[in-house]
Amino acid sequence: MGRLLVLLLFPGVLFSQESPDLEKRVAQLSNELRCLVCQNQTIADSNAPLAVDLREQIREQLKSGRSEREVLEFMTARYGDFVLYRPPLKATTLALWVGPFVLLLAGAWILLRRVRKRPAAPELSEEERVRAAKLLE
Amino acid sequence: MNRRVAWVIFFFVSLVALLAAGLTLNPREVPSPLIGKPAPAFELPRLDAPDKTFSHKEMLGRVWIMNVWASWCPPCLIEHPVITDLAKSGIAPVVGLNYKDKREDALPWLRKNGDPYALSVFDAAGRIAIDYGVYGVPETYVIDQKGIIRYKHIGPVSPEVAEKKLKPLVKELQARG
Repeated sequence: MGRLLVLLLFPGVLFSQESPDLEKRVAQLSNELRCLVCQNQTIADSNAPLAVDLREQIREQLKSGRSEREVLEFMTARYGDFVLYRPPLKATTLALWVGPFVLLLAGAWILLRRVRKRPAAPELSEEERVRAAKLLE
Repeated sequence: MNRRVAWVIFFFVSLVALLAAGLTLNPREVPSPLIGKPAPAFELPRLDAPDKTFSHKEMLGRVWIMNVWASWCPPCLIEHPVITDLAKSGIAPVVGLNYKDKREDALPWLRKNGDPYALSVFDAAGRIAIDYGVYGVPETYVIDQKGIIRYKHIGPVSPEVAEKKLKPLVKELQARG
């Protein structure tokens, strides 16, 4: 289905059969980039005109010998880190990366404290033990 | 009041405040990394005169406004009176970047709705718009004398934005020289 869609939308793919490798790289990179028009899709998934244009940009740039990294730099220079589905680790995104672990640790700490505070279960007397065994039978 | 209850209430109130603040943000407004950077270079044919080109260099030394528009874009029509007022105020030249449009649509659109632009350049492929990080028309940029992008507005410019943001910023930049 996906392949059919690609063919329908980009008949050009048919003519670029000599470089299936290039198409694969284009597809891979397109999956890393957010479509800014429909923000919860990658530009590989989206058919917004801008996504189509950006895929074409990726294709052209890879074809002209640029590396994946250079293409990503081209995109972030224009649209910011927001276009990356995997945002880089830096000061402004620190909360994003570390936040969940901080919350997890805080939760674990609170849990541990509460468990430790809980008084130990009282010892049962011999009589109670017998009664409990009976009840459980 | 029990201290623990107070803590729980405090926690929930902060959470609600955080989420409420998040709801007021517009996820469509992606901060542009281009603010404070040189406006990307371009040399494009003029919309009205295909045989003449216009380059960003011609605006050096002046504070100017670049407005990305298209005849197929309904919000552009909505903001058009605001852009017209802004241009008429004479505060700064407004250059139009006609985005992925057709001349036979764009020119009648200007004739019908009025042409506030000092001139419009014709970016049929949308290639220059990509350099400016345009992802939805209309978008409006304020560029200073040195060719640095100082402000970017995404979506239609409202009268409030024109009065409270664009005009004061243009004046401030002009005063700075």
